[in-house]
Amino acid sequence: MTVHSFQEHFDAKIDNEVMIEPRDWMPDDYRKTLIRQISQHAHSEIVGMLPEGNWITRAPSLRRKAVLLAKVQDEGGHGLYLYSAAETLGITRDEMYDQLHTGKAKYSSIFNYPSLTWADMGAIGWLVDGAAIMNQVPLCRTSYGPYARAMVRVCKEESFHQRQGFEIMMTLANGTDVQKKMAQDALNRWWWPSIMMFGPSDADSPHTAQSMRWRIKRFTNDELRQKFIDVTVEQAKLIGLTVPDPDLKWNEERGHYDFGPINWDEFWNVVKGNGPCNKERLEARKKAWENGAWVRDAAMAHAEKRKARKENKEVKAA
Amino acid sequence: MTNQPVNQSTNRLLYTLQIADNALILGHRISEWCGHGPILEQDIALTNTALDHLGQARSLYQHAADMFNALPADEQKTLFSSTALQNKITKGENIDEDDLAYLRDGWDFRNALLAEQPNKDWAYTVVRSFLYDTFNFYFYAALQNSKDVVLAAVAEKSLKEVTYHLRWSSEWMIRLGDGTDESKARVQEALDSYWAYTGELFETTVVDKTALADGIGVDIAAIKTQWQQRVNTVLEEATLTLPTNTWMHSGGKECRHSEHLGYILAEMQFMQRAYPDMEW
Repeated sequence: MTVHSFQEHFDAKIDNEVMIEPRDWMPDDYRKTLIRQISQHAHSEIVGMLPEGNWITRAPSLRRKAVLLAKVQDEGGHGLYLYSAAETLGITRDEMYDQLHTGKAKYSSIFNYPSLTWADMGAIGWLVDGAAIMNQVPLCRTSYGPYARAMVRVCKEESFHQRQGFEIMMTLANGTDVQKKMAQDALNRWWWPSIMMFGPSDADSPHTAQSMRWRIKRFTNDELRQKFIDVTVEQAKLIGLTVPDPDLKWNEERGHYDFGPINWDEFWNVVKGNGPCNKERLEARKKAWENGAWVRDAAMAHAEKRKARKENKEVKAA
Repeated sequence: MTNQPVNQSTNRLLYTLQIADNALILGHRISEWCGHGPILEQDIALTNTALDHLGQARSLYQHAADMFNALPADEQKTLFSSTALQNKITKGENIDEDDLAYLRDGWDFRNALLAEQPNKDWAYTVVRSFLYDTFNFYFYAALQNSKDVVLAAVAEKSLKEVTYHLRWSSEWMIRLGDGTDESKARVQEALDSYWAYTGELFETTVVDKTALADGIGVDIAAIKTQWQQRVNTVLEEATLTLPTNTWMHSGGKECRHSEHLGYILAEMQFMQRAYPDMEW
């Protein structure tokens, strides 16, 4: 086949909703886009372990501690599936880590915000995982097979995380005055960054059109953002918390909530590295990697010694 | 109070707390790795181990709380110095697993000193786990025969988890010992350092003696030989040298701790202390 017919074959698969698999021909840009998106997603999972890991040793009850540990462990597992999915595109995990550590690869900016109180464990689960689910459920049908299959597993666990986050918020909102204050304070700090998680407006999103065409993306950033707001505002009402947006108003005609202007300066600033915790998050990842170098070397050296001994034995036996 | 013989039901409570405190404190230390491990798969494995320890601690604290709640108030008052717990007793309230974990100060914690030693690096963490897991494996195996049905059931369930912990930490001892020169030097140093906390695991306190006599506890002197053999076997395969120092630290099981425990508790108990008497 010529490149032209490879391209036609690929396009036909996309149009007919046939999944693209690792051995299939794919355009270079499709591969690049997927590597960028999947590795960014994987990095978000492991960087995302940090703000929540921050409260494991301080969780207010043993039950909450156990649930939080299990949740952060799940995030690590998601990172693992996603790194594996990206590896099917011809990049190694070490290369992806290197891109993260050198700042070449991004991760979700939301994790550059600090987790300051216990209520943040509720807000992150409810809002951040809630927004992630909105983004991720359509990805279960994304055109690249390994990514879609990884996302099916991820989404099952994320919806559990979202529920447990909401339950933490609900417990606080039904609690004492200071607990209510803690919950409201967390909502105030996490609301706008969560809204920004869907990325820039469609007009300013450079990758959206092509990704939609390739059926990597199924909905635009603005469509998903609106859906998230519509659902979450109702949930906030249910537990008596106030969404920190004075312009928030139900629009009968549109059948959606209207909302106030998003501070995109803040968004781009955090993306560029000026968020409250960008430095800490990246340093924590780099430190874990660098301090772990001798451990990985030892594991490798030991595995090689074992292999050599086994081969030696087999030679002798033969 | 801690060294004096107490009645049978109180002793059973203290014995249960000793096991629970080991699980909670070691689990806490291990959980500090979460998100910071050298290899993603190992980060996940360690978090899983932390969860196992925490699960064991919870079952044991619930059992301890039930025993505590069944005691007459006069006796309850003699057990823990914490003002918050004393207030609950005065009000006639029952306590639960969280009260035992979050409202006792260090002088009422009974874990072995080994459990509270810091993670330092991967070598120290692996060594601490290996020395403890080996003990824990034989301990839970024997505790399955406890006359206390809850302890026996916890032991049976935990033994499955601890079997995995021991396999994990033994494999890492071998990998690090028989890995690179650097890893060998690091793990030997860690072993030489934390070795001094192993004697206490086999020290028979009044609580241990009484529990054994009552048929609920484990004869820890009897498992020492098994522990020693297992440790020797793994160290040999790991090409490591058995430490020769025989001087041992002790005190944790009798509520005299290292400076580390205070900081662990300050962090762990922060929420309950700053925002008391709330549901979370």
